[in-house]
Amino acid sequence: MEAAMGLMRRMPPKHTETALSALLSLLPDHSSDLLSQIDQPLQVLCDVDNAKEFILCEYNRDADSYRSPWSNKYHPPLEEGIYPSSELRKLEIEANEIFTVYRDQYYEGGISSVYLWEDDDNEGFVACFLIKKDGSKYAHGKRGYLHEGGWDAIHVIQVGPEVQGMAHYCLTSTIMLSLTTNGDTSGTFNLSGSIRRQMKADLCVEDGHLCNMGKMIEELEGKLRNQLDQVYFGKTKEMVCTLRPPSELLLPMALPEARKP
Amino acid sequence: MADAEENEEIALTDDQKFDIAKWFLLNSPPGEIQYVAKDLQSVLNDDNVYRRAASEAFPLYNKSHVVCLQFPNRSGEVLVSSYSELSEDEYLDPRTAQVGKVDHVRQICTQIRPAIDEELPSPYIEEYRSALDVEISKYVGEAYPKGVCSVYCTSGKDVEDYGSDFELVVVITATRHSPQNFCNGSWGSIWNIEFKDELQTVEVRGKVQVSAHYFEEGNVQLDAKHECRDSTIFQSPEDSADSLMNIIRHHETEYLTSLQASYSNLPDSTFKELRRKLPVTRTLFPWHNTVQFSLTRDLTKELGIEK
Repeated sequence: MEAAMGLMRRMPPKHTETALSALLSLLPDHSSDLLSQIDQPLQVLCDVDNAKEFILCEYNRDADSYRSPWSNKYHPPLEEGIYPSSELRKLEIEANEIFTVYRDQYYEGGISSVYLWEDDDNEGFVACFLIKKDGSKYAHGKRGYLHEGGWDAIHVIQVGPEVQGMAHYCLTSTIMLSLTTNGDTSGTFNLSGSIRRQMKADLCVEDGHLCNMGKMIEELEGKLRNQLDQVYFGKTKEMVCTLRPPSELLLPMALPEARKP
Repeated sequence: MADAEENEEIALTDDQKFDIAKWFLLNSPPGEIQYVAKDLQSVLNDDNVYRRAASEAFPLYNKSHVVCLQFPNRSGEVLVSSYSELSEDEYLDPRTAQVGKVDHVRQICTQIRPAIDEELPSPYIEEYRSALDVEISKYVGEAYPKGVCSVYCTSGKDVEDYGSDFELVVVITATRHSPQNFCNGSWGSIWNIEFKDELQTVEVRGKVQVSAHYFEEGNVQLDAKHECRDSTIFQSPEDSADSLMNIIRHHETEYLTSLQASYSNLPDSTFKELRRKLPVTRTLFPWHNTVQFSLTRDLTKELGIEK
């Protein structure tokens, strides 16, 4: 398992799906471990009742069908699928509505879905907030800078039972992204990757679960974006500058006539 | 469902395992194939399949990444590439006119021997090749702290005198491996230079590929590629070498500048296309007021002014 994770840390992020399916076939006994520790790019389906897209994940899957958060129906239809309790479903509807606004404000496009389900092990519930955005100029890239650009955010949050007005929240967030620019003089420039982080908090239930979860997600998502930008992209830039230090730019350039045909 | 999948998976044939093993090896980032090999061996748990995959994947990987190997006596180094390849495990170093025998899987050069005449270009070509090698080496020494380069003749190496076309290839590679800092990277350029006798011109085609991998608690990779063309006039070996070096220097310097521009465009334009730092409202999301929020939405829906 450790070696498998080691491989995942090295394979090009654009090949995550291929690498994961290869590992699943080599290590069938570890399939549930692999699936829980390695995030895959998100897929979407269209909810026929609402003509609205929703995101697929393990948490809205039953057999080969996926439950839409908009109509609460399985696609393709399923005889006896699992549904959240009516109380949770109410919260789920609200969460989807609010998260749509949140997603619009930060992403200016994209798709979001929220799924809730009972957590029988610790008498609370689990919520999964998903965002998928295609930021390429052919899709939801407002400014048209990206030749290709994908962002998948997966936030899974475990909410413990209420004890004296407080609840324990444990959030695990993963961001997977890839962005490519393409130009005549600059060639193809692609940065891609994924990171995952955790955040825990004990919060007052009075403010509402949605408010608590939302704030945590907003904070951690912001942090991850910042880390990707500052640390991860920064490190690759540093590497480029180590390979070829830009100081050479300061040296006198070659005589112009030397390169005239 | 899961069971059916598992049964199918248990039945992986050796050939399928071999394909998977080879795929992992070939997709190793620069400088990381040995680490991938180690993890792969324990995941695969099948030495025969691993050895078979390694013996096919390593030579391909070494050549496509232009791995640089020290001579056993440290008197120089040989670049493993399709341009220097004499046979599966023999690679030419034109500068020292020596041939290194390479152990691909261990990534070492085990023996050297002097190159025989048939493996080397004619004196006429060698003048062009070595003059260019001198200039490029100077430039690489200045521009790349850990750069290595070599110049090969890939076509017309037996041309004895004026009146025929020939082609040289400049290979430049710089790598940095810093596994303790979870960071590796490589810069590689390949310049095809066609000397056209009839037109008295020299056509230049360049390909630069830069990659970097940072993997402390994550996995982020840079993959950048660039191609360009240029030309100059057919001159004496020294003059050609000088103008070709300047062309290469010019394009590589420009490319570095454009790479830096790509990085500086990230925060405010390119990365913003994926997710903004702050919402369009420029303040954090009003989670406390979401009740009002849904009311406003209901209102906009009722009024039919929803986007």
